[in-house]
Amino acid sequence: MNEKPVIYLDNNATTRVAPEVRDAILPFFTDLYGNPSSIHSFGGQVKRHVDQARQELAALLGAQPDEVVFTAGGSESDNQAIRGVLEALGGKKRHLVTSRVEHPAVRSLGQHLSKIGYRVTEIGVDHDGALDMEELSAAIGDDTALVSIMWANNETGVLFPIEEIGALCRRRGVLFHTDAVQAVGKVPIDLSRLPVDLLSLSGHKLHAPKGIGALFIRRGTPVSPLIIGGHQERGRRAGTENVPGIVGLGVAARLARQNLAQEVRELSALRDRLEQGLLRGCRGARVNGKNRLPNTLNISFEYIEGESILLHLDEIGVAASSGSACTSGSLEPSHVLRAMGVPFTAAHGSIRFSLSRYNTRQEIDFVIEHMPRIVDKLRELSPFVPENNRQRQWQGSVGNPACAPGCGRCSSDH
Amino acid sequence: MWEYTDKVMEHFRNPRNVGVIEDADAVGEVGSLSCGDALRLMLKLGPDGRIADAKFQTFGCASAIASSSALTELIKGKTLEEAAQVTNQDIADYLGGLPEQKMHCSVMGRDALLAAIENFKKGGAPVPRKDSRLVCACMGVTEKVIERAIRENRLKTVEEVTHYTKAGGGCGGCIPDIEAILKRVTAEMERAGATVPKNLTVFEKIQKIQETLDREIRPALRQDGGDIELLDIDGDRVIVSLRGTCSQCRLSTVTLKDVVQAKLREFVSPTLSVIEDGNRPVEEA
Repeated sequence: MNEKPVIYLDNNATTRVAPEVRDAILPFFTDLYGNPSSIHSFGGQVKRHVDQARQELAALLGAQPDEVVFTAGGSESDNQAIRGVLEALGGKKRHLVTSRVEHPAVRSLGQHLSKIGYRVTEIGVDHDGALDMEELSAAIGDDTALVSIMWANNETGVLFPIEEIGALCRRRGVLFHTDAVQAVGKVPIDLSRLPVDLLSLSGHKLHAPKGIGALFIRRGTPVSPLIIGGHQERGRRAGTENVPGIVGLGVAARLARQNLAQEVRELSALRDRLEQGLLRGCRGARVNGKNRLPNTLNISFEYIEGESILLHLDEIGVAASSGSACTSGSLEPSHVLRAMGVPFTAAHGSIRFSLSRYNTRQEIDFVIEHMPRIVDKLRELSPFVPENNRQRQWQGSVGNPACAPGCGRCSSDH
Repeated sequence: MWEYTDKVMEHFRNPRNVGVIEDADAVGEVGSLSCGDALRLMLKLGPDGRIADAKFQTFGCASAIASSSALTELIKGKTLEEAAQVTNQDIADYLGGLPEQKMHCSVMGRDALLAAIENFKKGGAPVPRKDSRLVCACMGVTEKVIERAIRENRLKTVEEVTHYTKAGGGCGGCIPDIEAILKRVTAEMERAGATVPKNLTVFEKIQKIQETLDREIRPALRQDGGDIELLDIDGDRVIVSLRGTCSQCRLSTVTLKDVVQAKLREFVSPTLSVIEDGNRPVEEA
């Protein structure tokens, strides 16, 4: 095990399980291990805990308990929502509207669907990451089955106007699904008054364990099950319940509901401190995205590369992530930053810091203190930094790769 | 998280020869901001024609920085002709290896070196980087660069070409084109008897020699109760030891020359010579 103390600023990737959650889960492995579907009371008592967790989660969302279906996580919830609706509509409507900045759980699914006979429209965003509402409105047609737009972006934290999108969908008679994996537990959500038909969430983003998630399905929404088998989750998701996960998600939901207002305040203050400190201390820094989650800072350092920054941060025990091509194993920088038209000078050097309730001011100050040295060291190496480049113009590029015709790689980068 | 060797991390943390040579005799530049990595290599030659100083500036990930650092260390003290023999595999080997998907960082080093040498030959005039047809517009990769990577590293699949050159790693529109280039170059290499590549690494050379010994030589020797062991290789000299009846055979020199050396030259490299342990070189016919 890695004994090195870590300053964990990658909470949009995953979070620490809350100690309260851990303590609540443990008895369900060795003592309360019955099957909630069993007739005997040993199993039956477990069912009560599952029901209670469902109520806790419904309370966090402003939903009814029977509108909550437990799944294995965010990707399953997204797949269940989108494929479930398309199937339930019997193939009569074959158009899906989504955005260019969705998580791969939605975006790759859309690409798959477009290969098997569905039509998929991806709505663009502007330089601040805001959704083009006019484009959305124009995209919805008679054939549209579903609009699937995320609540908050995982890379930039940019929030979309869920109420406005939902109202538009209602007016046009189209179902609306939102991937709220990054939003649940970080912003107030009240589905009793929001025009949302389906909402995906994931436990491990809000201090519950990995492998548990949920899908909110508003009463009366036509959805076919993805996983067919037993009668669990009222026939909407077969398979013996992940009881420890469900119990953990219930406790995590209660903690989130009880502490939400205070956490939003504290996280925003810490995040803003980090943002101001880095903008003040580091040359060539710029923030990506406006109107964001309280915990997320996506910041680019011009002319240097994200993986190099991350590895230097790693050396001093700071965990963050990057939208650079090199960190993903692909050769392209983040599709989110490209959709926003972040120039290549900055997209490759983007770092995402995402905070949680467990971060401290000392940790934030430590990053603010060390980041300028890392940035300076890498900028010294870079042939593109203007002050390193007085001697000569860069001649290494072949043609103008940023403007290759037809590839769409930089369509909003002009 | 990438599995970088300690050597890669060490060169990433403390890169050698970072900076600018104001009055460089040769400058090579490859890559671009949009592609995510770029390298400027600057060389200063001494009065003896050898590389007296090499400096670099690199924009890129840890393996790009480490590859640039390794390159400058590898070429210092060499003549330009000697330096031109440094392959991308040499750069990767110097670093104890690179992850397959990061091999393009070593290729970038090799390309910058060739660009610098070209720049010197042209008396410092700018080298047009578009040395041939542009194949991958997203990553700015030309046919010549792809072809060289295929030949020098004996690449077999489009995925390998992408790992080594980045071509095909953007929109993917050029993948059929890369497939066609792969097919053509592979056919050319086979026709030229160049299943035998020019620049084998030591490891690959040993592997090929062992394969050839197993497949082409041992069965014949064993029929006569003999055997052969590969002891070492030193450049193009293959040092072997004959065993069993062969070791006492008066015709062992003939066996080595006519059988072992001929087969190794045919299947591995025409420049090899076989030496029996004890430094008895095989006489040329």
